[in-house]
Amino acid sequence: MDLYEYQGKELFRRYGIPTSEGRLATTPAEARAAAEELGVPVVVKAQVLTGGRGKAGGIKLAESAPEAEARAAEILGMDIRGHTVTKVWIERASDIEREYYLSLTFDRSAKKPLFMFTTQGGVDIEEVAATSPDALVRLHVDPLEGCHPWHGRKLVYDGRVADSGEQKQIAAIVGKLYEAFVGCEAMLCEINPLIVTPDGEVRALDSKFTVDDNALFRHADIAEMRDVGAADPLEALAREKGVTYVKLDGEVGVLGNGAGLTMSTVDVVTFVGGSPANFCDLGGGGDAQGVVDALEVIIRDPQVRAIFFNIFGGITRCDEVARGILQAVEQMGIAYPIVVRLDGTNAEDGRRILTEAALPNLHAEATMLDGARRAVELAV
Amino acid sequence: MAILVDTSTRLVVQGLTGSEGRFHGLRNRSHGTNVVAGVTPGKGGQDVDGIPVFDTVASAVSETDADTAMVFVPAPFAADAMYEAIAAGITTVVCITEGVPAHEMLRIHAHIQGRGVTLIGPNCPGALSPGKANVGIIPAEIFREGSIGLVSRSGTLTYQIGHELTQLGLGNSTIVGIGGDPIVGSSFLEVLALFEADPQTQQVVMVGEIGGDEEEKAAVFIQSGMTKPVVAYIAGFTAPPGKTMGHAGAIISGSAGTAQAKKEALETKGIRVGTTPTETAQLVAEIAAG
Repeated sequence: MDLYEYQGKELFRRYGIPTSEGRLATTPAEARAAAEELGVPVVVKAQVLTGGRGKAGGIKLAESAPEAEARAAEILGMDIRGHTVTKVWIERASDIEREYYLSLTFDRSAKKPLFMFTTQGGVDIEEVAATSPDALVRLHVDPLEGCHPWHGRKLVYDGRVADSGEQKQIAAIVGKLYEAFVGCEAMLCEINPLIVTPDGEVRALDSKFTVDDNALFRHADIAEMRDVGAADPLEALAREKGVTYVKLDGEVGVLGNGAGLTMSTVDVVTFVGGSPANFCDLGGGGDAQGVVDALEVIIRDPQVRAIFFNIFGGITRCDEVARGILQAVEQMGIAYPIVVRLDGTNAEDGRRILTEAALPNLHAEATMLDGARRAVELAV
Repeated sequence: MAILVDTSTRLVVQGLTGSEGRFHGLRNRSHGTNVVAGVTPGKGGQDVDGIPVFDTVASAVSETDADTAMVFVPAPFAADAMYEAIAAGITTVVCITEGVPAHEMLRIHAHIQGRGVTLIGPNCPGALSPGKANVGIIPAEIFREGSIGLVSRSGTLTYQIGHELTQLGLGNSTIVGIGGDPIVGSSFLEVLALFEADPQTQQVVMVGEIGGDEEEKAAVFIQSGMTKPVVAYIAGFTAPPGKTMGHAGAIISGSAGTAQAKKEALETKGIRVGTTPTETAQLVAEIAAG
């Protein structure tokens, strides 16, 4: 789960990582009140779960409280890479002497947490990695050893931080960032930029924070931070129904069981010349009600012209899937073509149930490839 | 022969008294797996259809000589169950449970290094050696015994490819689902090395998907460390970046982890990659036919 900047900063503060003082605002009037309370100048920052908001005009300086109100009015409602801005973070403007970068990520390849640090912060880190790789210091942490003061020292010395005051502050932030990473079970904690003020104070000016969905059951406070309104409305409905759904741009609704098979089905629909409308995974179980729920999500997408069910029963039973399809077609009056391919557990029963129902818009196919071809033909 | 599980496997099922554990434990036994014990704290002394249940893995091991554990307990308790199995001297642990926190897996992965333990999973369908033993939830009736090793990050996609192989008259030595999480106990590399050393296995199918770089690492190993032919399939060519495609591990982040990059990494090492499950099975059949 990705957190907003203001949420990530709240977690940073909990672990003692210094940030600037700020307030959240959802209206221009609230932004003005926040600026009055904090003291000007302030920065008005769009809160969106995507990058590139600075370039899109989502971050603006305001010299006065009325100006903060005006800037907030411009930013609220703005569309940044498909995300509508509904919240702005108002923060006391910081004087910046230098911009560094510090992150802690989940290095899947090494199977260890990985610190990355550079004094060339404030820009896209992939650019630093590409143009001046020597300036980017990488350091793995052994998860059983944990993070010790030497990790912080190594990062600042290898990163050539000259000032001893900065060295001490950054090394301390390194330790606290590790505590936040482990304490919140994060997959990513990034501070870009980590700024140095003219007074020599080091602070996190931004935050990128991603928490492991599988660990949310034991972090109720973080789980509550999920902004259900921010997700695609169909994806939000799917989450509510317990269906894994990702919206794509085409016309063929794709429904499979299991992530790998569903991903492969989306690929095969594309390879035979079609354009998938979504990725929808019924999951491991998949009883009749699960199928009804999934179809309810898929048909809300107005672009859908045909649906391809590709089921390989393991735990999932094909007769249950067939019953769910019939139930959904009847309940929701689905009129467009549904192509069904059933194999595996109870496949014969499932096929018989569908044949006996003899619905005009139901098409059975024997293989995944033929099913995909048929669905693509019928979606035109 | 086959790998990981066979006729010599002595299986203890952690969570045997739960509904899923019971269903699959008994199904594994009906396929011929030697299921010697179950473990559920507080239910020691009971039995599940004649399989004795113990309170601890240690007592199950000392009473029954179990050497392989299948973990079927809910996600919040799965890490504990894996540590308990390892502490009791189990050398092969198969964790089916979905939703184990990634930080737990980081620590367990570090913990098993140098202990002589093979961990498969979590969030995986397990391992099946057709005609010998089935440890997990793979529907054995789809597969037949043969010489093709199959290793995959996915469950149902494995069944799909196994089914395509069966249709072409090909069978499997062992089918291994390594799991779809960011950190799993065994990666492609470890399983490929086992297949390379297994006399029954003549060639291998590797079924990957978007996310991480295990397919890229496997490509290097296949070229330098394997004599047996490998055919690959990658799912997720059309997946958009930044969206998790069902498996926690299946996400394209930045420029890394795309299906295209994996395909290219494999092909530059001379490994053939099928564009669909059907074509993948056909490539395997071509190689098998010589």
